[in-house]
Amino acid sequence: MNNPSIKKIRSTAVPLCIENIDTDQIIPARFLKATNRIGFGKNLFRDWRYEANDESRPVKNFVLNENNFKGSILIAGKNFGCGSSREHAAWALKDYGFDVVVSSFFADIFKNNALNNFLLPVQVSESFLSKIFSAINKNPEEVFEIDLPAQTIKIVSTDEIESFEISAYKKTCLMNGYDDIDYLLSNRSNIIDFEKTKEKY
Amino acid sequence: MGKTLFEKIWEKHIVQSIKDGPDVLYIDRHFIHEVTSPQAFAGLEKRGLKVFRPEKTIATADHNVPTIDQHLPIKEELSRLQVEKLTENCKKFGVELYGLGHPFQGIVHVIGPELGITQPGMTIVCGDSHTSTHGAFGSIAFGIGTSEVEMVLATQCLLQEKPKMMRININGSLHRGVVSKDLILYIISKISSSGATGYFVEYAGETIRALSMEARMTICNMSIEMGARGGLIAPDETTFKYLQGRPFAPGERAMERKMVEWKQLFSDEDARFDLEIDINASEIEPMITYGTNPGQGIGISQKVPHPANYLNGEQKNLAKSLDYMGLKAGEKMMGMPVQHVFIGSCTNSRMEDLREVATLVKGKKKNPDVNVMIVPGSQQIAKQIINEGLDKIFSDAGFVIRQSGCSACLGMNEDKVPTSEYCVSTSNRNFEGRQGPGARTLLASPLTAAASALTGRITDVREILEKNY
Repeated sequence: MNNPSIKKIRSTAVPLCIENIDTDQIIPARFLKATNRIGFGKNLFRDWRYEANDESRPVKNFVLNENNFKGSILIAGKNFGCGSSREHAAWALKDYGFDVVVSSFFADIFKNNALNNFLLPVQVSESFLSKIFSAINKNPEEVFEIDLPAQTIKIVSTDEIESFEISAYKKTCLMNGYDDIDYLLSNRSNIIDFEKTKEKY
Repeated sequence: MGKTLFEKIWEKHIVQSIKDGPDVLYIDRHFIHEVTSPQAFAGLEKRGLKVFRPEKTIATADHNVPTIDQHLPIKEELSRLQVEKLTENCKKFGVELYGLGHPFQGIVHVIGPELGITQPGMTIVCGDSHTSTHGAFGSIAFGIGTSEVEMVLATQCLLQEKPKMMRININGSLHRGVVSKDLILYIISKISSSGATGYFVEYAGETIRALSMEARMTICNMSIEMGARGGLIAPDETTFKYLQGRPFAPGERAMERKMVEWKQLFSDEDARFDLEIDINASEIEPMITYGTNPGQGIGISQKVPHPANYLNGEQKNLAKSLDYMGLKAGEKMMGMPVQHVFIGSCTNSRMEDLREVATLVKGKKKNPDVNVMIVPGSQQIAKQIINEGLDKIFSDAGFVIRQSGCSACLGMNEDKVPTSEYCVSTSNRNFEGRQGPGARTLLASPLTAAASALTGRITDVREILEKNY
């Protein structure tokens, strides 16, 4: 498959200082009726973004509607992506233009879905997350640099840096554009051997 | 050292382990539905692949389907196209489909157990986070995303990191009027909506052992609501008895052989858990949620908590939740008027739930100001309701009985709660907008929902039970 590869990402960021953002907020269920993976970005955070579900009435103060915040990095409060397993949440974020989500804590299924879509979840400490939020508060143009090979995130103006965890396997996948299906398909003979030894269900 | 129940099953399903990475985990059963599978099938087609083991995948249409006039074409175009796409994909790829009109159709986590497809010791996945339900049979069952659905279709395997293990020991008797839904809402309120993230949870203890399979399914169903990927319960005689005679359960002789193996499925005494939590079931009263995540729940006699009693971040969360819910800190929930009652979803739409409701409301009428909707979890349950005469009890009470599906749990079809109105719901999520834009969801047990339907207000079911006898 032709997947993107991720190495360094340098961008301004969009701050969403809310905790426990569930995937129903990221993309409400009524927009899950498509049978392809494209076009979900326009309904990203739909019910926080528009008054009474009306696209002509953007909610003032909601960060996606504010012109001063732009960039391919979303910064969010802890426990991001909890709830429903809908991969449409990762598709919506990616389709809108995000390549990275930074939070102090990610829900498990969302994290896997993000990684499978080359949307990088960067988990930082609670204190580093506050530093990021206050850096953006001071200057909406603040630039952040995510270095996947080095596993670090940097607040560029202050040079403050923190490292983040990612499994060695997933890191290789993201840096080289490999996906899990390619890996599993290359192991089909092992799977067939396993089936022969296993008790059948 | 001994092994946990989880480890025993996990290790038996490892095809291979990647150094510093995940395990290749073999999947015994794969459930699919119309919403999270079309892109997976499209992915297979793009790669020119077939479904590797089509006999291990079972499909149903549940999330998006209307709950009235299911014999007619679906009116809403996008929903119809999605359901048609599932039918087309199942036909093309040779997957068994229990679609609309099929006697086995229903909510995916209701029909798997009901048909005896879900069995102890299995690995089970589905593109739905409430797949954890199937863990009630002593299986490893968890929700996956669509890319993972594609992986399972293509290879019958997934790449998974082994999670940490938690055990929740529950002892003591549940009081009258307090059921498994209250127990799990209580546990989530203690652990929080993210407290079990990264863990797989085993539920153990005398309280669990005394529960029916339906009640155990309700518990495991909501494991994801505290962040856990899944929950499981060691199988026992209750489990084996439930399985006997179900369409896809092993036949009598095969069952005997299977049971020898299934009886080994328990956590050894010296097994090690990363975290253990003890819960006293006798402390629990009927529960209700006040906020916008399932961890925000209280005993029905308690008051809505005050943000000032919380730390900074939590304070902001709670204030935001209360604002959305239109509730004030310090006020009592009991007695508050509600406009809707929804009895359904993969959490509480099984026969046992509906029998409990029927027993409570028999010979009574709902409050005229509240709309009450009962959505059975499957066609088989819908049929059973009629066989047992519960339909008469419900319609006499003024409850509307619909056809099976996920319905107002997630508001994908037209079953929605209007903006700003309150709904006492037996479902699993009270997220903002979950039951429709602006809808305000109060999660509770089927008993509490039924009691509130009778009075039109949030009601302590124990008061009605006392009056009855």
